[in-house]
Amino acid sequence: MEFTILMYLVPAMIMFGCGIYGFITRKNMIAILISLELMLNAVDINFAVFNRFLFPGQMEGMFFSLFAIGLAAAETALAIAIVINVYRAVRNVDIRQLTKMKF
Amino acid sequence: MDYSQFLYMPQELGLLVVFLLVFLFDTFAPRRCQSSLPVLTVVLFGIFTVCNYFMMVRGTAFSGMYESTAATFVMKAILNVGVLIVFIQSIKWANSEAMAVRRGEFYELLLLTVFGMYLMISSRHFLLFVIGLETASLPLAALVAFHKKRYESHEAAAKYMFTAIFSSAIFLMGLSFVYGLFGSLYFSDIAYQVVNNTSAMLVVAIAFVIAGIGFKLSLVPFHLWTADVYQGAPTPVTSYLSVISKGAAAFAFMVLLVQVFGAAYSKVWEWMLYAIIILTITLGNLFAIRQRNIKRFLAFSSISQAGYIMLGVIGANEIGLASLMYYVLVYIVSNLAAFGVAFAIEQQSGKVSIDDYNGLYKTNPWLSFTMMLAMFSLGGIPPFAGFFSKFFIFLGALECGEVSIYILVLIALINTIISLYYYLLVVKAMFISPDECSIPNFRSSCGERVALTVCALGIILVGIASCIYTFLVETAQDGTTMFGLLN
Repeated sequence: MEFTILMYLVPAMIMFGCGIYGFITRKNMIAILISLELMLNAVDINFAVFNRFLFPGQMEGMFFSLFAIGLAAAETALAIAIVINVYRAVRNVDIRQLTKMKF
Repeated sequence: MDYSQFLYMPQELGLLVVFLLVFLFDTFAPRRCQSSLPVLTVVLFGIFTVCNYFMMVRGTAFSGMYESTAATFVMKAILNVGVLIVFIQSIKWANSEAMAVRRGEFYELLLLTVFGMYLMISSRHFLLFVIGLETASLPLAALVAFHKKRYESHEAAAKYMFTAIFSSAIFLMGLSFVYGLFGSLYFSDIAYQVVNNTSAMLVVAIAFVIAGIGFKLSLVPFHLWTADVYQGAPTPVTSYLSVISKGAAAFAFMVLLVQVFGAAYSKVWEWMLYAIIILTITLGNLFAIRQRNIKRFLAFSSISQAGYIMLGVIGANEIGLASLMYYVLVYIVSNLAAFGVAFAIEQQSGKVSIDDYNGLYKTNPWLSFTMMLAMFSLGGIPPFAGFFSKFFIFLGALECGEVSIYILVLIALINTIISLYYYLLVVKAMFISPDECSIPNFRSSCGERVALTVCALGIILVGIASCIYTFLVETAQDGTTMFGLLN
């Protein structure tokens, strides 16, 4: 079977869409974080696929993917720390609890 | 590898030296010397800021990924001034009981974000740009959560963090489209190929990129985190977020949009910016009117100020760049004065509501005078710097001479009048309201007084000293090939 670029791009975009949907609808902060990871991973796939299929002579996209993975890890580590802080304060990770400040 | 190219980034190296010295002092200095860390940081950073003016070099490093020009040099120098004022302001706070254990982290993290902002401004490749952007925004999330005992601080940090990751994911998605279209992430390579491209993918890519940076600048519709984070974060961090972080994002935004996507300006992103500017200025103003908490009030005021900053981008010429730099400089001194007064009062009495400012003039005349200067400057009343910065930014936008831009500037002008209403409400509360003031007379700490004096002098002098603006115009014209592709 021939592998075309669309067979990689369409799943990546579906992942990205799922990430946005999850970010908006999930109530648990950890689930929101997972949705964000989905979005960031979709970006990594995009870069790698564009590089592999459209510009095979260079490595720029691959390198960008590697750096993006590192950045995503840093972001997640920090976000988990903050979620733990919130949990200590309210004994809950429900995003609906964070309503002390609004408008 | 040729190590001499590091010499093209003297400002980054200088900042790194300051960071390392502060870090070593924090780690190894004996316990009894620790309380001199804030002063040491201020002195080191002050020396660095002054030395900066003799470290000007032009050139590119890392095969064109990094570029140092007269314009980036001045942008970094402007940011340095703001960072120094924030450092001076927070000396006493950093030595307070609750902070004493962690004051080193406060200064180290702030210095790291400044490093990221430098990279953002100087990068000419998207990889470096993204790394700079993340370095500038991630430590800030930790800083927002710095008040361990206060619940609001954690809530603000959670809101900031989630929206920051979301926006950076959107931004990276936009970049992947750009890469797919052009096969390169160098600003110059992309700029040459944008010229003949009208694909829908480019429109989506630019929209995603604008959304990603619009978040950092808190432009409407990406502004919803701003007020909550500003309210919940410790006040020095809030002033840093509202001034330095925003100023750096504005500079980077200008470079990015004009230099990379400049050729697609009229076809693709002109209308996006029009919509964003009108929404930002208007909604920021309307929401500012109903705020009673001073920090939330300043948050919405800074949202609408970001809209004015964007007018400099739409000018997209040398005058636009110069007026943008000038606007950010004036915005730094005015907003830091406002936050400085709010911070002094909050530290002394814990009062954060505008109603508590009633009759402040009777008990604390100097603080209310400085606050008045800041409000007049933010609102744009003539003898002060804010008037000139608004004037130049409108002038820069009008240079294009299209009908649509006249309408845009007219809307911005009308909004200036609306903004005067709520800025003057604060002044009225302090000077005219007859109530007994609930804030007793107090003497603010030495650092706060120095910082407020510098800000007040800046508000008065930056407007009158026309040499500053002339210098910025010359800098903007000096060897900028940035605007070459624009039409």
